[in-house]
Amino acid sequence: MRSLPARAGLVLVLATLALAVAGPWVWGDAAARIDPDHIVEGHGSAHFLGTDDAGRDMLARTLAASRLTLELAGLATLLGVVLGVPLGALPAVLPSRAARPVSATISFLVAFPGLLLAMFGAIITGAGARGAVVGIGLAAAPALARVTQTLAASVGAADYVRAARVLGVSRPRILVRHILPNIAEPVILSITAQLGYNLLGLATLSLLGLGVQPLDYDWGRLMHDALPRVQIHPEVIAGPALAVALAGTGFALAGESLARAAARTASPPRGEPRVDLPIGRGPLPGAAVLSVRNLTVGFGAVTPVRDVSFDLAHGELAGLVGESGSGKSLTALAIGGLVPHPGRVLGEIILDGRPLAAHSRRELGTALAMVFQDPMASLNPALRVGSQLAEVATAHQDASRAEAWKRAVDRLGRVHLPEPGVRARQRPHELSGGMRQRAVIAMGLMGTPKLVVADEPTTALDVTVQRRVLDLLAEVNDDTGAAALLISHDLAVVATLCTRVLVMYAGRIVEDLPAADLRRARHPYTRALVASLPDLDTDRSVPLVTVPGRQPSPEEVPPGCAFAPRCPSAAEDCAVRPELVSGVACHHPHEEG
Amino acid sequence: MRVDGLSVRYGRFLAVDGVSFEVGPGEIVGLVGESGSGKSTVARALVGLVPRTGTVEGVRRGGVQMVFQDPYASLNPRMRVGRAVAEGVREKGERRAAEARRLLAQVGLDAGLAGRYPRELSGGQRQRVALARALGARPDLVVADEITSALDVSVQGAVLNLVKELRRDLGLSVLFISHDLAVVRYVCDRILVMREGRIVESGTVGQVIGSPGHEYTKALLEAVPRVP
Amino acid sequence: MRRAARFAISAVLVVLASFAMLHLIPGDPVRAAMGPTAPADAVAARRAELGLDRPVLDQLWTYLGKVATGDFGVSALTRQPAGEMVADRLPATLQLVLPAIVVAFAVAVPLGMWTAARTEHGRSPRTELAFSSVTGILTVLPEFLLAVFMIWLFSNRLGWLPPAERSGPSSFVMPVAAMAAGPIALLARYVRLEAVRELSSDYIRLARAKRLPVHRIHLRHLLPNTLTAALTSGGTVLSSLLAGSVVIENVFRWPGLGGAMVDAIVNKDYALAQASILVYGIIALTVVFAVDLLLVALDPRSTLRETG
Repeated sequence: MRSLPARAGLVLVLATLALAVAGPWVWGDAAARIDPDHIVEGHGSAHFLGTDDAGRDMLARTLAASRLTLELAGLATLLGVVLGVPLGALPAVLPSRAARPVSATISFLVAFPGLLLAMFGAIITGAGARGAVVGIGLAAAPALARVTQTLAASVGAADYVRAARVLGVSRPRILVRHILPNIAEPVILSITAQLGYNLLGLATLSLLGLGVQPLDYDWGRLMHDALPRVQIHPEVIAGPALAVALAGTGFALAGESLARAAARTASPPRGEPRVDLPIGRGPLPGAAVLSVRNLTVGFGAVTPVRDVSFDLAHGELAGLVGESGSGKSLTALAIGGLVPHPGRVLGEIILDGRPLAAHSRRELGTALAMVFQDPMASLNPALRVGSQLAEVATAHQDASRAEAWKRAVDRLGRVHLPEPGVRARQRPHELSGGMRQRAVIAMGLMGTPKLVVADEPTTALDVTVQRRVLDLLAEVNDDTGAAALLISHDLAVVATLCTRVLVMYAGRIVEDLPAADLRRARHPYTRALVASLPDLDTDRSVPLVTVPGRQPSPEEVPPGCAFAPRCPSAAEDCAVRPELVSGVACHHPHEEG
Repeated sequence: MRVDGLSVRYGRFLAVDGVSFEVGPGEIVGLVGESGSGKSTVARALVGLVPRTGTVEGVRRGGVQMVFQDPYASLNPRMRVGRAVAEGVREKGERRAAEARRLLAQVGLDAGLAGRYPRELSGGQRQRVALARALGARPDLVVADEITSALDVSVQGAVLNLVKELRRDLGLSVLFISHDLAVVRYVCDRILVMREGRIVESGTVGQVIGSPGHEYTKALLEAVPRVP
Repeated sequence: MRRAARFAISAVLVVLASFAMLHLIPGDPVRAAMGPTAPADAVAARRAELGLDRPVLDQLWTYLGKVATGDFGVSALTRQPAGEMVADRLPATLQLVLPAIVVAFAVAVPLGMWTAARTEHGRSPRTELAFSSVTGILTVLPEFLLAVFMIWLFSNRLGWLPPAERSGPSSFVMPVAAMAAGPIALLARYVRLEAVRELSSDYIRLARAKRLPVHRIHLRHLLPNTLTAALTSGGTVLSSLLAGSVVIENVFRWPGLGGAMVDAIVNKDYALAQASILVYGIIALTVVFAVDLLLVALDPRSTLRETG
């Protein structure tokens, strides 16, 4: 509704409908009146848009023709819907063996331009309004069938439809209860858009003389008659042309943009990120490879990362742990300087003694390595693996192509990819998930990395592969002395690789502790996380520890301690937010003994 | 329930290759394996979502129900929770609605949620609804396919506890499919280890975790990350 | 292989459809063509000449044989062989269609990518609004309206371009532009949509993390993937461009196949109508097939998806 095209489309649709109802009543007589004094004239005082060869007023004829035009378009659409929608719904209902020929038929028909199908129909039925409606209706059917089919197929493959099948719900019932309600809205909107296309298609046929025949007239026919005069009296054709353009685009725009708006998700509320930033925090420690100070990331008024500060020493292996929505991945992106628009990053990120922004592209490209979650998506599917590594060297290190390639193969070998020379020449889809993640890590080794930021690097991998990738990260840290920040939802994964753990909750760091001390954590949230995670020694006879409630989303973070509503040791003072003091942000930290 | 020589073929690819196992009454059997091992295909074959060969004995028609991995995709967004739960219930009218409320209570949800739409529920709540829906068909066996892997740790524990409670209270039989050995160890009585379409090891939890016989099981156990 | 088989089957279906067309016409097509005043024996003679008095399967056989040799019978209107007429007219049509295809791609791909880069993540909402409004209107606006408007503006008002008929190079400008405008808008929308999606993918994020120069990210990383996506939907866009040429030829009185086909339909000249619709159908199929082949060459994964 918010978009301009949708609104414009709706206004045009309503105007067209009103005109179709009122047009013939109001202007019908004027349109038929023959004015022998003004035959074949252009714009004049008596006839604003001129007259036709019988001296009839073109403006009145245009307005009066609205009903027939819309009626024919409606009929053609009806035909298209009656033929197309059931055809498209058929594959979803039929068993797969019977569904295949149906979808093949739809694909075959869709490959033909609609106008060609309409001509085919027109040849059979002969030129005339009936032929045009049948032709356009036939042409609309495959398009509507395809829309219905695609929508029904995507809904038909959904788990809830599978679940219904498992429950023994009958096919017709699944169609009525599960599939139709979920596709009705987009299908209706495409029918609306199709009505617009049909109106334009009918106008095209009438313009060519294949549609409405004399005595009757629609907008297309009026244009057909006026076309020979376009050089002398262009205004004669302007009326019907404008009417067709406005009505046709109106329906099409309304249908299409409403369908698109329905599919789109809401955008974040506008506003400024609001965080009460404490001012002045001690001087920068010199030994840190990375210093994050009061990092805050906001999207409009929503602030998913709030006032995060920590240091990472040279060669340190630290983990950033949190559940989904805690702001950990956004923190990683901010460190990489990759927060997407319209995100706003406040605070300081100091890499190797200088603010991130003060580094040149070349320095950052070689000193900072990033690894993302999905190894299937991290490599460009269209380019060879080797050249994606080599381009780092050619872009930042002035290496020749041959040199860069040699280095790429060498780095692939260093991450223990078998036959690195062969792998370098392959495309990503020829590599397994584990190999791709290795290749991404190798990409970081093309320069001289000082910091590796790995965002859930093993989440998409199997356990055995995960272990090898974690070992590789440890090896890289050992060999190059690069510090690493491992972002993960999995406490056990972080504990396997890292010596230090930062725990994030609702956008803030709530605890900073050595990995070895996780079982002696002081923050109630960290303790709950550790206790709720079953491992190979958990006592099976007692229920797992659970945390009631859920993490507040970034819009609803309370002013005090965000964990207090779920916390067993919460008290009155938790309404004031605790600062991170000696590794824990809690008014009532757990004490040993 | 007894499964004998279950095979599933996708075109030329044999996804499941002659798998045989049993799930006793009130037993939770874990099926572990890595991606591509065929464990999810076994689940789909058991509930009839993919064609299979081999025999399945000891269950009524429709007696195997399934809970899916993604709680956001497994509930119809346009169907109220109460109706979704009632779909498998073989009652009519008011008794049907009452049964749906009873099922919701059984999985630890407020009966007032029956009038809500899935989008108003959290991931953990949705997974409970999915369990309730499966229970409505009074199944002989529930196949739980990675039901906690899309959930956060703090929510996962509650769902695992629920599965154990349902077994204790209802004598429910469960085939619990997961890639997470620690989770399977916690929930299950017996474990089947699958690799490349075959079961390479099976036994009680104590046997498989405590003294694994197959090299692959050892490698899997070795790779499980743990908090020191 | 499967694509070639699909193409062959579709082509056979088109030939069958063009044959069936004559038999689907209600009543007697010969009587309809010759008019109610024609003497009965003349109609019967013409029926025999066309072979319409023989069994259907027999007719189909002969038809297939004739199609294979390019013999479509004789036009009722001009008494010329229909095949010859099609061959005469086709080059003029292709003279419009081929440049329009080139123009469509050459404009749409850079335009779509540029807009995508500018409007990524909702940056520059004004550009996005302008782009979506203009392309939205151009995609639904039929080519003849654009043509009429251009004739009025560039010929009547400004007098820059000839209003109709084929003459010098300047006579090509308006028909080609009117034909290409819709496909440009549609393709540019596909390209932008696809490019925006690709821009938020991990590999682009990684390329940015590598701090590659922006032009390198766009040209080397974004372009190939966007192009395949554009081509995927490009097949149908191009074949609808072909259909648009029928209308454009009529508006500009272009001596192409489209004008001949429309005349044939209006005058119930079935031999010519049959021949021209067959040719159009085969060309549309060929375009889709060619795009398919191009996709396979560009993107090795698409074959995997096909067989996998």
